[in-house]
Amino acid sequence: MLSKKNLQLNADGNLNHLLAIEGLPKRIIERILDTAESFVGINEREVKVVPLLRGKSIFNIFFENSTRTRTTFEIAAKRLSADVINLDVGRSSTSKGETILDTIANLTAMHADMFVVRHSASGAPHLIAQHAAPHIHVINAGDGRHEHPTQGLLDVFTIRKYKKDFTRLTVAIVGDVLHSRVARSQIHALTTLGVPELRVIGPHTLLPTDIARLGVRTFSSLEEGLKGVDVVTMLRLQNERMNGALLPSASEYFSRYGLTPKKLALAKPDAIVLHPGPMNRGVEIDSAVADGSQSVILPQVTYGIAVRMAVMAILAGSTK
Amino acid sequence: MKITLRGGRVIDPAAGRDEVTDVFIAAGKIAAIGSAPSDWHANKEINAAGCVVAPGLVDLAVHVKRGTLATELAAAAAGGVTSVVCLPDTDPVLDEPGLVDMLRFRAQSFHSTHVYPLGALTKALAGSQLSELSKLAEAGCVGFGQAETPILDTQVLLRAMQYAATYDYAVWLRPQDPHLSREGTAHDGEVASRLGLVGIPVAAETIALTTHIELARATGVRLHVCRVSCAQSVELIRRAKSEGLRITADVSINHLHLIDLDVGFFDSNFHLTPPLRSSRDRDALIAGLMDGTLDAIVSDHTPRPSSAKQVPFSESAPGASGLELLLSLSLRLAESADIDLSKMLNMLTARPAKAAALSAAGSLAIGASADLCVFDPGAYRLISAASMRSAGKNTPFLGYELPGVVRATVAAGYIAYESVA
Repeated sequence: MLSKKNLQLNADGNLNHLLAIEGLPKRIIERILDTAESFVGINEREVKVVPLLRGKSIFNIFFENSTRTRTTFEIAAKRLSADVINLDVGRSSTSKGETILDTIANLTAMHADMFVVRHSASGAPHLIAQHAAPHIHVINAGDGRHEHPTQGLLDVFTIRKYKKDFTRLTVAIVGDVLHSRVARSQIHALTTLGVPELRVIGPHTLLPTDIARLGVRTFSSLEEGLKGVDVVTMLRLQNERMNGALLPSASEYFSRYGLTPKKLALAKPDAIVLHPGPMNRGVEIDSAVADGSQSVILPQVTYGIAVRMAVMAILAGSTK
Repeated sequence: MKITLRGGRVIDPAAGRDEVTDVFIAAGKIAAIGSAPSDWHANKEINAAGCVVAPGLVDLAVHVKRGTLATELAAAAAGGVTSVVCLPDTDPVLDEPGLVDMLRFRAQSFHSTHVYPLGALTKALAGSQLSELSKLAEAGCVGFGQAETPILDTQVLLRAMQYAATYDYAVWLRPQDPHLSREGTAHDGEVASRLGLVGIPVAAETIALTTHIELARATGVRLHVCRVSCAQSVELIRRAKSEGLRITADVSINHLHLIDLDVGFFDSNFHLTPPLRSSRDRDALIAGLMDGTLDAIVSDHTPRPSSAKQVPFSESAPGASGLELLLSLSLRLAESADIDLSKMLNMLTARPAKAAALSAAGSLAIGASADLCVFDPGAYRLISAASMRSAGKNTPFLGYELPGVVRATVAAGYIAYESVA
């Protein structure tokens, strides 16, 4: 069959869009992490702005609502001196029958330089990248169950801050992997960076078919899966999935997969705990863990700004 | 009109004929093969040298929507297809004799490819009330089906099969459990898991197929299984046939070439129903075709406007335009799987005609309806949107260079399509 082109990379092999972690070479992931490192310092200064993207227009196009993620992209863009335009498309154009590509064509006519896209359908950012004008860069801010690449990058950035060498780590991802774009991005990022043991832990209803083919070991017991791990990522369990055919109840889920101090004690003593937020305290994570000394959940948020700045700066410097 | 097809390689799988000779057509029938009837004066002569002259293709799965009959019949003729079975999910649904009459009347006015309608097994395909099967059969329906809408209530399905069996009408069903395929858009496997697409498990097909086979056993109905997609289904059909059940089956040409991996980066032209499955499934489908478990190759022609495909994969309308690709893709399969040309044509002509009990189609018997296809098997063509006559330019094979160029199509003695060499 005909070969499929990886849209993310330009002819020189540099990043042109950030659509997914899958298929990104290690050197590009490392370059983003290293660039983000230099931006962490900026974010700690009193004047937190650099003029890298002055005059550039970045459109946050959120077909699916998320104030939180949109805000982090907005802050990142503003710290790079870009003009930021927020569009909550979910409630305007598409409800009037406008297609995604109509929306994109309209925004392109407004001289956009970059699109940050969130959509409830897997692959929507790919579609946009295929049809966008050549000078426009697309960043996937979460598409369906597929990927959330900047989240995956901020997760590995945070892990690198605390653990240095990826090639010696055991990492566990716990919970609703089936519906999680965060899990997919993190899995690809960690396997690309050389993590030798990656585990996913959850009931069979929440693990995707053939997930082991992505290079992970599957566990259905949290106790078994946490033994000796260096990093634990807890996934958010959506309210609508708590009572139904996937799970009987939130409390049964918590009794099996909720991360309590007692269960965390099975991991290495210096293990860190990540969560992409927003947390459901008492469902997937006990407050004592979320607020405890091993939690790096708030640093994740802080580093998220630097990572998104890095992605935007690298894309802005790339040409087709 | 009298037509002579001069000097082609005449292949008639039904009769085991494969020789370079002439074909003589008069009054819409095949008048003679070999030597001309006495006092022969042709109105038209087509030079078929270097070409294959075969029965026109018989395609058992074609979706036609309102207002597209002209373009889609032109597409069929351009593809060498002279008989199509039209699925009942037209607009409106084929559940009243008047609608069937109208469709057949309009189709006949084009003097092109024959249209054999399937009637809706239940009113509006809603799965609760039987359509008037006898009246629909009188109007010309060759069988009854549900197109893409399964019957939820097994009791209704049993009754429908019992009623159809009373009059020996064939029931055509595509096996798919509606619950297990809910919201699904891709084969439930590694690729769907990577892409974050909702999967349709193999069990969605095999559970429904098992139900259909058991009810066919109980009722004695003639069952035609539409568009199987997986290895397990082939095995279920093989066993049912070996028990002597009256079952036939078809498979789409897309599933004989493509697998789930070909979806690539969310290419919505690869969004098909049933979904593209694994390479193991594809191999089993080819094997099932070779040993006769599967009777026919179909195009599963589903033209879509470009707007229906230029949306995210999971929101796109499933299906591919296929009438103009069926022959070329089959020739390519014959090459890659090392299948004899006559045997391959058999799966596109005589075998589908027999499965659908279309006695007038699929052969070059003397006195039979003059439905023929003349094609150059050695010529190649590039598949592009511009090259397609169908209103639907949606095909996974855009950009492919495929063997087989149709030079002429004759339907009921009319030249339905002709291209200059």
